[in-house]
Amino acid sequence: MVEAGAVWSAQDTTPGEIDGALRGLLKEQYEKDAACAPARVLNLVVIVDREWRGEILNRLERVGRYHPSRTVLCAVEPGRTTIDATVALTTEGEDRAGDLKLTRERCVVDIGPKHLRNLDTIVDPLVVSDIATLVWSPHGHPEAVDSLLHLAQVVLVDLVEEPDPAAAVRRALELGASAYVVDLAWLRSTPWRERVAASFDPPRWREELGRIDSVTVRHRPDSGAAGVLFCSWLAARLGWRPGSLMRANGTLHGSASGRRQHVDLRLVPDQSQAVPGLAGVEIGSASGMRLSLDRGPGGLSARRVDARGRESSWTVLGASRGEAGILGEGIRQALLRDPVYRDVLDEAALMLGA
Amino acid sequence: MATVTQEQVNPLVEGLERLPVHPTTLVIFGGTGDLAHRKLLPAIYNLAHEGALPERFDLIAVSRADIPHDNYRSMARESITKYSRRKPDPQVLEKLLDRVRYVPGTFDDDSVFDRLGDQLKDFDDEAGIAFNRIFYLSTAPKFFPLIIRKLGDHGLERRKDAEVRVVIEKPFGTSLAEAQQLNREVLSVLDEKQVFRIDHYLGKETVQNMLAFRFANGMFEPIWSRNFIDYVQITSAEDLGIGRRAGYYDSAGALRDLVQNHMLQLLSLLCMEPPVTFTADEVRDEKVKVLHAVKAPTPEDVAEITVRGQYTAGMAEGADVPGYLQEEGVPPDSRTETYVALRLKVDNWRWAGVPFYLRTGKRLARKVTEIAVTLKPVPHLAFKAAGSVGVQPNQLIMTMQPNEGVSLSLGAKIPGTRMRIRPVNMEFLYGTAFLSQSPEAYERLILDAMRGDATLFTRNDEVEAQWRICDPILQGWAHQDGALPTYPAGSQGPEDANRILVPDDHWRAI
Repeated sequence: MVEAGAVWSAQDTTPGEIDGALRGLLKEQYEKDAACAPARVLNLVVIVDREWRGEILNRLERVGRYHPSRTVLCAVEPGRTTIDATVALTTEGEDRAGDLKLTRERCVVDIGPKHLRNLDTIVDPLVVSDIATLVWSPHGHPEAVDSLLHLAQVVLVDLVEEPDPAAAVRRALELGASAYVVDLAWLRSTPWRERVAASFDPPRWREELGRIDSVTVRHRPDSGAAGVLFCSWLAARLGWRPGSLMRANGTLHGSASGRRQHVDLRLVPDQSQAVPGLAGVEIGSASGMRLSLDRGPGGLSARRVDARGRESSWTVLGASRGEAGILGEGIRQALLRDPVYRDVLDEAALMLGA
Repeated sequence: MATVTQEQVNPLVEGLERLPVHPTTLVIFGGTGDLAHRKLLPAIYNLAHEGALPERFDLIAVSRADIPHDNYRSMARESITKYSRRKPDPQVLEKLLDRVRYVPGTFDDDSVFDRLGDQLKDFDDEAGIAFNRIFYLSTAPKFFPLIIRKLGDHGLERRKDAEVRVVIEKPFGTSLAEAQQLNREVLSVLDEKQVFRIDHYLGKETVQNMLAFRFANGMFEPIWSRNFIDYVQITSAEDLGIGRRAGYYDSAGALRDLVQNHMLQLLSLLCMEPPVTFTADEVRDEKVKVLHAVKAPTPEDVAEITVRGQYTAGMAEGADVPGYLQEEGVPPDSRTETYVALRLKVDNWRWAGVPFYLRTGKRLARKVTEIAVTLKPVPHLAFKAAGSVGVQPNQLIMTMQPNEGVSLSLGAKIPGTRMRIRPVNMEFLYGTAFLSQSPEAYERLILDAMRGDATLFTRNDEVEAQWRICDPILQGWAHQDGALPTYPAGSQGPEDANRILVPDDHWRAI
């Protein structure tokens, strides 16, 4: 059970006052109910345009099980020169003797464009020290992210949100030099990667990995970067040397060199795909095997044709996580480390000439 | 960069949190039973929801009720909707139920196993591959040997090109002789590596965290021995009574219900040496060594190192509650213990001389499962100033429920001009330090069985070693006359429990 707790707000305030209000609210709450204990896992600092503040807050509310312990949301309003702030506590837990109630804090800070370049001076007093800090800036503002890099261990990005995939990959590589990068576009592809890995896991099918000669990825028209990441993953894991992708008739084409074969790569926009990310994947091998995975009800619809033309189809069960769930997964991943993503970005940079 | 070679590991799994699991058919014997409906089916649904089931998965339920597939699917849908920890996604649920079949019949009926074999073969033929098979025995224990024998008779116990595993629910016997007999019967058909004896307690995240706590932190291991530890208490207290479980509980009692399995598992995890690797057999080898080091009590020891009791009427959460003998279904002359406390010794180099107190009971003051490790007092008390609440030995408390965490009591100076000391707590709560709650134990254990990872399951020698400790106690009690000590519901347990404490040791308040 989640309950709204105490709230404090002020206009034309300072980071020191906001920090004081946070401490005061936590103390008051503990005095009222000793079962309340503050969560201390992760700070999330979000930089948003003021007009989209509500939408981002709603999205953060719906992330499922993975909530940051303290959220500092900086809403940028054109023309603003002063700082307004609201601090709110929420508690989660049952009102039962002996049970713990978990407290989380949320600070919404309205700032102006002039604050962005030195945003660290506002945010630094507001984050809990000695726990990880994750920065997410879904509406751009790279100068604000840069100013926070010395405070943050992790930066959340979404490569499909950037109109130019090559620029997005360059920026992710740049951020990766000073922080760990969690990419929502990469996380959306996790079920696809898991299923492809599982399909080739039985020894009989694993042999086919060395014979793959074609990969076709269908994606939402604005999610080309997701398709590039998927192909880059195969290249990174299977030791292919990718060449540059070329655009023709809205489709990206290219090839990669494997040890014994060339691999034809095709990224095809799919107008019927409503949500960001991939719509389908088809992998073919020189022996005639074809494996396809497509979005379907209740999971991914899988179809395999073996070298003799025998066909088999099934559903790989799994619920869609939705965009809020993907964001929750991004928050969770901030505390983990993916050993593969950096190699995948390097391959993507080669494919995109980034 | 990885390159593909023959004999390679699958290069695509690097970095994935969920490793591939071979296509599997899970068969639940006792598919209409309470455990299947409340725990197993919801756990399977949650694994499906998260995309954690094998790429291809089928489920067969076997039970006595003569109902068609569709009726069973309806029952399963209802149970999952009612007991799942998350609201089911209708599309995932329907796709899962599409892969569910039901085989009706009694377990002594050969035709049941013929039909089961046919159904398993149909699934394999449809997919064109040999599925792994897991037979989950969620039945009354008396059926375990029968079902396993029938699996053998019908050639379902092993297969070429795929694995066959059998998950056996607790209790695994009610005495050492029964457990040994059951092991003999099971292992006359199956290899030990095919057998997964479940103790759902081991699937709990906080129990597994004991291994992380001990072996991932350099600060505790140097003091983890008789040189620094004075005594240890393991408590598993329930505030509830037996509810409607009189049929089972009155024939089991607290010792069989919790000590023989869960509490001895906690003891072995607490005392084991670091395994060379965290593989199933390495971990279990070390646990078995601990159990072998626990001296089995002699008949004379039983009176000295054990206390049992039965709750009488009292109050729980402000309400009047009946005593054990007044509970529905309990015989009025029952001598079944609802409370037990033991003092055990682990006779090895590390633990010689350290008393280990185990206690469990129903209708105690509150629900708590914890391990309290009391360190030896400091050798010289420099702070004997008047006004100190007391320089007390440090205590390390590992709590499994209700608030999972670890706390350490330390002596600290009371603010003021004088050097007065009182104990304060340094607390770590899992709930505040991780983003999410633990998954249900059954989800983890079912997935482990499908992966073939037996680390969290009990091996044959482990079960027998546990019974070797508990059997003499049961025999000793059988020869004791006189009234059973009692304790009021909602209390700390029988007064008599203090009798087994070594002088200067104290029970922690429940």
